[in-house]
Amino acid sequence: MSSIKIQLKQSQIDKIAEICKQFNNDEGELINVLHKTQHTFGYLPAEVQEVIARELKIPVAKVYGVVTFYSFFSMLPKGKNPISICMGTACYVRGAEKVLDELKKELNIKVGETTPDGKFSLSCLRCVGACGLAPVLMIGEKTYGRVSPEGIKDILKEYENQ
Amino acid sequence: MMKYKMHVLVCGGTGCKSSDSDMIAHNLRTAIDQKGLTEEVQVVMSGCFGFCEKGPIVKILPDNTFYVHVTPSDTTEIVEEHLVKGRRVERLLYKDPQRDEIISDSKHMGFYKKQVRIALRNCGFIDPESINEAIARDAYQALGKVLKEMTPQQVAEEIKKSGLRGRGGAGFPTGLKWEIASKSPGPEKYVVCNADEGDPGAFMDRSILEGDPHSVLEAMAICGYCIGASNGLIYIRAEYPLAIERLKIAINQAREYGLLGKNIFGTDFSFDIELKYGAGAFVCGEETALIHSMEGQRGEPTFKPPFPAVAGYKMKPTNVNNVETYANIPVIIMNGAEWFASYGTEKSKGTKVFALAGKINNVGLIEVPMGTKLKDVIYDIGGGIKGNKKFKAVQIGGPSGGFLTEKHLETEIDYESLTAAGSMMGSGGMIVMDDSDCMVAMAKFYLDFTVEESCGKCSPCRIGNKRLNEILEKIAQGKGTIEDLELLRNLGNVIKDTSLCMLGGSSPNPVLSTLDHFYDEYLAHVKDHKCPAGQCKALMQYIILPENCVGCTACARNCPVNAITGERKKPHVIDQAICIKCGACVEKCKFNAVVVQ
Repeated sequence: MSSIKIQLKQSQIDKIAEICKQFNNDEGELINVLHKTQHTFGYLPAEVQEVIARELKIPVAKVYGVVTFYSFFSMLPKGKNPISICMGTACYVRGAEKVLDELKKELNIKVGETTPDGKFSLSCLRCVGACGLAPVLMIGEKTYGRVSPEGIKDILKEYENQ
Repeated sequence: MMKYKMHVLVCGGTGCKSSDSDMIAHNLRTAIDQKGLTEEVQVVMSGCFGFCEKGPIVKILPDNTFYVHVTPSDTTEIVEEHLVKGRRVERLLYKDPQRDEIISDSKHMGFYKKQVRIALRNCGFIDPESINEAIARDAYQALGKVLKEMTPQQVAEEIKKSGLRGRGGAGFPTGLKWEIASKSPGPEKYVVCNADEGDPGAFMDRSILEGDPHSVLEAMAICGYCIGASNGLIYIRAEYPLAIERLKIAINQAREYGLLGKNIFGTDFSFDIELKYGAGAFVCGEETALIHSMEGQRGEPTFKPPFPAVAGYKMKPTNVNNVETYANIPVIIMNGAEWFASYGTEKSKGTKVFALAGKINNVGLIEVPMGTKLKDVIYDIGGGIKGNKKFKAVQIGGPSGGFLTEKHLETEIDYESLTAAGSMMGSGGMIVMDDSDCMVAMAKFYLDFTVEESCGKCSPCRIGNKRLNEILEKIAQGKGTIEDLELLRNLGNVIKDTSLCMLGGSSPNPVLSTLDHFYDEYLAHVKDHKCPAGQCKALMQYIILPENCVGCTACARNCPVNAITGERKKPHVIDQAICIKCGACVEKCKFNAVVVQ
């Protein structure tokens, strides 16, 4: 599991238990529980998974198996401004890879990593459905369309003071 | 109810929303208010118009004026000129690029002319967040009809007669599926809507859910009546927040109106729908994997039989159809099976929605009758290839589909002919490529996807695709041999024959079809170590043309690895052994002396 060790506060453990209870501690609702927990905590570290397993009365291995199976769930914290670049086919043929290369160069991180200052994290996603604007990238909830490698610097500048 | 003289429809689809259409609607409302027109003109945030390339789109009814590439600052002019003075804002109208003429009415645009909108009938017409607007366009009438006038058997019979086949890709007859589920014994059954649209570059289902959610809810209730189920589940991607939001609104409104819940239309039929969220796994589009995911497990497929119609969700009889399939149901019930079957070919009836994207002028969401020729879609609706480049290939069916070439342009789109041509209908992604796209790189792109999305349960898919990908990487690096091409083909066929589910069973299609249609391109990679499209980085060479080089030293000074040498005012040379192909020299050269070969 993840190498980062964290100590959950009692209030956080209670919060997770409360989420599980909203779904009747039903193991069939595991994915919904994970969605809600990730939404609350930002990510799903091992310690959080242990609490969920205890509440739903299932092995931690099962929770871990589900968390690692789905790309939406993350065991690492994301940056303050998570950057997701669309690697759907429409974006790919319109040059998304070059945009990604430029982002990697500018931020000096690889896909799946977070900058040391915690400001940006970089991930790829498959199609946001805005193919008319290809290539597309998202920073947080904001979508940027028709992005070019040359335009990356300007986009990142918007987040300089955030 | 207020009667408006004019309606201003603003596209609220994901693409247009990303380009500030919320702001456009807001500004329009403010400007209309300032002119004192709030009782005469209504601004509606509608579903996707389909013509995403030209977004954000604003349409004005009743005169059908179609404004393209609208920005929030254009709104005052639209209100003052069009709504107040009745004059169209010429500069925002669509201009046909081929004939160079302005077309103000969407009906006459090449993009819309050959389309027939059945599944998308309400997208771009109604406010998807208002059940009243949906009802005004006949929503829930079909549900009323089946509950009052038809037996469950008659419903299955009608759908069978219509010839509707599953729009998720496999093309299984929908009516037959319903009939099997209805005959499965048991008091507890489930109706599932597969909204886990995982194909990269496809957004058909998303647009339907965002633009006309009630058609899907209604169809699921009809299915529930037909097979004897009172529970509906929609499995939707968590990556579609807008669609989720609109579905939630629609479900609540339908419950309020008594169109979902207990004793619908005063009958003893009860039906309700809840949402289940996906979490980003392509394989969950496969129905058995989808069911496992809904049960809170890893989305791994299982062997069929038993089919979900017999033992599905919680081991109870379950009918799974995709969004587009459901969207067709209410109109079939209202207009009759014969009407629906009058569109299409002998074995493929009705229409199909495609997400047209890639190197094409008119990117967007289209719906055409089955049997429409590929060339009509690409050239008439799609408006041809971007930048007047040469058409090279079209990829249909996403990572499971195959590539079709110029010789297939006469192919009629239906399940059988696409399969015969080496591709497949798939869920409706249609990506167009031009001659700057390398087919080896494209095949590798799709395989990267499959390798990442393989659930890992069966070895042909888990290991085989990884090996295929390694061979392709070797070829792209210029280290491939002619034997590798044979190996690709053999391995591809083994994976196809031995994988557990259709994800594995179709994953080699992009490789096999490019090998079939672009063998010369593969040969160029392995024999001449060249990439004809100039896309494979390892096979590119940056060369300085001595006749153009003036010896300004700009390239040498900017080369990060000092690969360029030469005296001042004399032609420079790039040392290929050192060059990392970053392209910095091309950018810096003002004399077009650096070229890529």
